[in-house]
Amino acid sequence: MTASVFEPWNDPEAKPLIHFQNVTKRYGEFTAIDNLTIDIYEREFYALLGPSGCGKTTLMRMLAGFETPTEGKIFLAGQDIAPVPPNKRAVNMMFQSYALFPHLSIWENIAFGLKREKMPKHDINDRVEEMLRLTRLEKFARRKPHQISGGQRQRVALARSLAKHPKLLLLDEPLGALDKKLRQETQFELMDIQEKTGTTFVIVTHDQEEAMTVASRVAVMDHGKIIQVATPDRIYESPNSVYVADFIGDVNLIEGTAKLNGSEAYAMSWHEGHEPLTVKSPNAFSDGQKCHLAIRPEKVAISAEKPADADNAVQGRILDIAYLGNISTYHVELPTGAVIKAQTANTRRIARRAYTWEDTVWLSWTATAGVLLAD
Amino acid sequence: MNRMSWFNAVSLTLGFAFLYIPMVILVIFSFNESKLVTVWAGFSTKWYGELLQNEAFLNAAWVTIKVAVFSSTMATVLGTIAAYVLVRGGRFMGRTLFSGMIYAPLVMPEVITGLSLLLLFIGIGLDRGVFTIVLAHTTFAMCYVSVVVSSRLVTFDRSLEEAALDLGCSPAEAFRLVTLPIIAPAVISGWLLAFTLSLDDLVIASFTSGPSATTLPIKIFSAVRLGVSPEINALSTIMISIVTVGVITASLVTKHQVARQKREEQAAERA
Repeated sequence: MTASVFEPWNDPEAKPLIHFQNVTKRYGEFTAIDNLTIDIYEREFYALLGPSGCGKTTLMRMLAGFETPTEGKIFLAGQDIAPVPPNKRAVNMMFQSYALFPHLSIWENIAFGLKREKMPKHDINDRVEEMLRLTRLEKFARRKPHQISGGQRQRVALARSLAKHPKLLLLDEPLGALDKKLRQETQFELMDIQEKTGTTFVIVTHDQEEAMTVASRVAVMDHGKIIQVATPDRIYESPNSVYVADFIGDVNLIEGTAKLNGSEAYAMSWHEGHEPLTVKSPNAFSDGQKCHLAIRPEKVAISAEKPADADNAVQGRILDIAYLGNISTYHVELPTGAVIKAQTANTRRIARRAYTWEDTVWLSWTATAGVLLAD
Repeated sequence: MNRMSWFNAVSLTLGFAFLYIPMVILVIFSFNESKLVTVWAGFSTKWYGELLQNEAFLNAAWVTIKVAVFSSTMATVLGTIAAYVLVRGGRFMGRTLFSGMIYAPLVMPEVITGLSLLLLFIGIGLDRGVFTIVLAHTTFAMCYVSVVVSSRLVTFDRSLEEAALDLGCSPAEAFRLVTLPIIAPAVISGWLLAFTLSLDDLVIASFTSGPSATTLPIKIFSAVRLGVSPEINALSTIMISIVTVGVITASLVTKHQVARQKREEQAAERA
């Protein structure tokens, strides 16, 4: 590990490798990408995350050259790439279906792009061998794509797209076809390969866990717009909107009105007859403004007695318990009818549960546990 | 396996009898000693010998093969291009019209196709012969090729072509190096279809052939009008055996390939 943290997006001197400048893409009446401006830096592992139809694939296909923006410009290393056809771009793509050439062997698949460059035969051999080693496919070089397993095909697709030393590698749902266990292993492999080769990766995925695992920064998209771009921990801990909070992981949303109560502290009234909730928030709210408190289930504690020193404590009744082995999630109904999820780690063997269905319990959390979001 | 019920057995027998009895009779009588087609006078292969002496038949056979090879090759090239453009070209003006028009000759009565081609050739003053038959056969076989090839292209994963472009191919290279090898089986079966169509076409050929060139079907047809000779039986038997050998070979090759692919896929699963 180098001492300095890798975060070129915070360095005003850093030049982005890719710069989208007010890019819009329309198909007839439908706007797939809506006036979008983003920067992606060299050596980044950038994840585009969003539900299907949010425009993430269109964005990627514009980078590859299969789509052209209706308006705006895309710069790759400072150069406008609109007039450059896909076969002349220093960008390679790994397709969701892998798109391996079925009539060619694994070796020939990987060599395909190198041969187009008119690379000398000797160098092609070396480079293919290197890629086979990197993806641990040496034993399969002579096989055809239908003679290897799904996980191996995925690695061939990766090797083939990396062989040409692209400045930028695009990965379209690269792990979608793999089963869960293999997918998790492969995520770490991808990160490893990205680090080794130093290539900039842009990955499209709808799997938030995958995005959080692999990416240096995650861009959450919806309806052709970028909602938030941040590191995985910031996306999770300080989402900038209810949409992002809800999209990433599990979240409790409590609606109420804000009232300033000290420096960066608010009293949020949420239900008549209940004490207002205490929330610290760097985002400013005017008095009486409608807002949502977003709080993650694992930051809500559950106890039988009212905790004495908690910033916030509410009483409720257990509706449901989901036992997931390592953790349990309690669904607790508040007097308002809202249901709050609280998660506890099962650090002891579950001989006897402390709480059961219909028990009345207290939920508590600190003033900094949640984030206050505008409507 | 279940035993076949008597109903199925009878249907099967009748069906095959219906299809093959005429041909079996033809084959048997080709080995007839007698000159009279309907009277059996002992086994002989002399008509096959006589056939080889018959210059007119040999010439017609040679013309037929030439026509079939040239026309099916041209039809395959044109039909493949047409299929590619119609499936891949995206939306362009008149695409629906074009795709409708490419299928029209399939349902057009051959007499009309033949007649209109005849009128065209007379109109532009083209002497009728091998060349005009080739043109005519190319015209109608091309539609069949394009139907076969486009049905393959529709199921073709487009990202394969995009991957080829992405890896540095020009669109033409992507077609040559990726698309064509993958759709090759469809192109080959399109060629075979066009070849067979040309081989046994009588109607269109009789409109577009001239005194200088006669194809085998025309020759047989006109010979039969003067009475069926055992020579014709012999010729037909040869044609039947060529076709049979071809069909059996093709199906064996396909079966072998499917079995091999299955074995390899199972091996990959186990690995």
